[in-house]
Amino acid sequence: MANVTTLNVNGKKLRLDVDSQTPLLYVLRDYLNLTGTKYGCGEARCGACTVLADGQMMRSCVTPVGRVSDKQITTIEGLAKDDKLHPLQEAFLKADALQCGYCTAGMIMSAAALFNKNSKPSREEIVKHMDGNVCRCGTYARIVNAIEIAAGTAKEVAE
Amino acid sequence: MNDDLEFEVERYELFAEPAYNFNFNRRQFLKAFSGGIALIVPMSNLVASTLQQQQGESGRGRGNERVPDDIGAWIHIDENGTVSVFTGKVELGQNIRTSLTQAVAEELHVPLTTVRMVMADTDLTPFDMGTFGSLTTPMMAPQLRKAAAAARETLISLAAEQWKVAPSAVRIVNARFVNHDASKSLTLAEVAKGQKLVKTIPPNVSVTPANEWTIEGTSVAKVNGRDFVTGSHQYTTDIKREGMLYGRIVRPSALESTLVSSDTKAAEAMPGVVVVRDGDFIGIAAPDRQTAIRAEKAVAVHWKAPGQPGDDELFDYLKKNASTERGRSRPVGSISDGMTAADKKLAQTYTVAYIAHAPLEPRAAVAEWNGDKLTVWTGTQRPFGVRSELAEAFHMPEEKIRVIVPDTGSGYGGKHTGECAIEAARLARGSGKPVKLVWTREEEFNWAYFRPAGVIEVSSGVKNDGSVTAWEFHNYNSGASAMQVKYDFPNQDIQFHNSKSPLRQGSYRGLAATANHFAREVHMDELAQLVGMDPVAFRLKNIKDARLQAVLEAVANSFGWDRRKKIEGRGYGIACGFEKGSYVATTAEVSVDPKTKAVKIERAVESFECGAIVNKRHLHNQVEGALVQAIGGAMFEAIQFKNGQILNGRFSRYRLPRFSDMPKIEVVLLDRKDLPSAGAGETPIVGLAPAVSNAIFDATGTRLRSLPLNPR
Repeated sequence: MANVTTLNVNGKKLRLDVDSQTPLLYVLRDYLNLTGTKYGCGEARCGACTVLADGQMMRSCVTPVGRVSDKQITTIEGLAKDDKLHPLQEAFLKADALQCGYCTAGMIMSAAALFNKNSKPSREEIVKHMDGNVCRCGTYARIVNAIEIAAGTAKEVAE
Repeated sequence: MNDDLEFEVERYELFAEPAYNFNFNRRQFLKAFSGGIALIVPMSNLVASTLQQQQGESGRGRGNERVPDDIGAWIHIDENGTVSVFTGKVELGQNIRTSLTQAVAEELHVPLTTVRMVMADTDLTPFDMGTFGSLTTPMMAPQLRKAAAAARETLISLAAEQWKVAPSAVRIVNARFVNHDASKSLTLAEVAKGQKLVKTIPPNVSVTPANEWTIEGTSVAKVNGRDFVTGSHQYTTDIKREGMLYGRIVRPSALESTLVSSDTKAAEAMPGVVVVRDGDFIGIAAPDRQTAIRAEKAVAVHWKAPGQPGDDELFDYLKKNASTERGRSRPVGSISDGMTAADKKLAQTYTVAYIAHAPLEPRAAVAEWNGDKLTVWTGTQRPFGVRSELAEAFHMPEEKIRVIVPDTGSGYGGKHTGECAIEAARLARGSGKPVKLVWTREEEFNWAYFRPAGVIEVSSGVKNDGSVTAWEFHNYNSGASAMQVKYDFPNQDIQFHNSKSPLRQGSYRGLAATANHFAREVHMDELAQLVGMDPVAFRLKNIKDARLQAVLEAVANSFGWDRRKKIEGRGYGIACGFEKGSYVATTAEVSVDPKTKAVKIERAVESFECGAIVNKRHLHNQVEGALVQAIGGAMFEAIQFKNGQILNGRFSRYRLPRFSDMPKIEVVLLDRKDLPSAGAGETPIVGLAPAVSNAIFDATGTRLRSLPLNPR
């Protein structure tokens, strides 16, 4: 089995040596210590493991690392620039769009992928795009609000 | 409150465990307390409010008291002026880290950032029963308020003494002590410096009334929110220790299985792999996760499982195996008199399925042995309960075990037990290295526990004017929570019957309050229909409780109940109730597709009242979240099982509420500053299911009496 020896993550070329069949999720978490990306189901049904590959939404729990070894991977750790939060991160705080926070990284990464193809998504487009991400605490309305705040299409709801 | 706790018999997973353990004793406290000022909340204040009166400590005067053995929580102002609050409570998304910070900051008159919460670490925090039952806000918060107020008064007298003025001449402004004309000031650190003062909350310390709150009662943001949006918060699943191995368990083929034979040679031959065997336990510890999976698959194993009931015979099974004893409840009035007085009678049966908590962070633990000392990081709602389980499993004293709970990826009542912690600790002992074990989603479905399924039978009598004259209610297996009524029924007989559960069952958000509200509020709708009354008017006719009336009227107003229009394929339903100190009323509007009969919840409005609101924004968030979670149990969540196997135990087979299931949600919060704050994590979940069932009847004329309402 071929091994993967370099991976482009958050703008850096990182050295490693892992079996190319290893899911990207565990390469990020166990080998690169990027634990912001979460395991939720292992079958791409909850979105907790979402990252960007060349700007596109990718469920890392079902993606063998060999398939993305030539792509630019972005994880939640790569969103803030020089300590300045990404507008989506700011908006999630503003809208209080989390409770336990376990789904939050995946939610933010999925929304970031949406912005890459549609900077002003409608509410329906947001719901459709985000439907593969689960928030078991049920903060969906707040997450939609956060995405709209980040897109500049809505203001923060009073409560 | 204590009565309620005893009444919650459906916490099946907690049976046969000691209720209390006052283990954070004087010795441990003194180890942790180096200097500064400490204010102790006695355990007895937390476990039963009636015991408060017996707390004889004066706490007055300036001298040090004897440190009590009975510590439930404490506040420490150290010599650097850092305020630390030590509590065994767990943060799982309910935002108590924030609300308890607010309580302490309010009374100490300091900014939120001055207060640091130290939570759920059995070596650092006093014993706590567990984070469940919506108890943090009504029990822990008031005691921390008192402790903070007492700390403030103590600090003020110390500052006054330095300046040789009366304490009444000293105020705290922006975390600084100032004298009457603000010509002198001292920081917290300057006052605490050189002190070594330990006090217990005095019996008559007064706290700020809710209508004068400046920090509590405001929509403070989640105190560590930034850690979550940046991915830097370390959940249990994210913890890594030097030399750590990755664990994997060889699971039986079905529940109740026994091991017949196994061959682990191939797994043992893999480089770096340790196979740990102990009775029927077979576990793997490996240098990486992929190797652990390969080793697990390489174990040849044969299990034997007995035949077990399936979901197709569940409700008959629960009835057949139910206890016939009547338990603690006693009838009120006479059912036969009530039935005689009735103009109309009704008897109906309602059922609820087993459902899964499905916390997005599955059970996880990292275990590490240092000599005979064991440290386990794990996501649990009962750190001290898990410590007891570990002590029992490894035949060792609890003092040798430390359980640490990082802020956890939710629980909803599903993380009260220590299976994963024990497994990780067993693997760590067997391999001689730290081990991380993260349950897979399938393991979480198969080897945790479920919300109990149940059968509920209601028979009732009603007069033509709408007054209910008789109410007989039997709950089989699902649980007793919120079984008692807040309606003014003159004749009641309400009973809970234990049964034999084919699946492992336990606590869930709100326990059986959802099931009992479902049965009661659908039955109330049926009675309203029977006597030809409007569902709201019918309920009001039977309500004397002013708070219940208030939430019902509030939701009816906000929803526009009286202005609702009969439209083909649309229906409107309502439900109300009470549990754990708070009141709720929910309305739902549904649409039903004329061809497919598919039901969609279009709009849900909920009013909620839990006394004085501590944090309106977080309360809003809780109520909305509970409504969304309630959609699952109301509409489609149900565990399918046969012969000890869970047939739909993964996310591709078990449907959870998603973005597209979300109705338009409106929340109406009633802020009763004159009433003590109750917890709010559970009760907002109970009203949606009956409201939706009633709305479906309104739209279609069909009564649905089983949860989930729309299983496919």
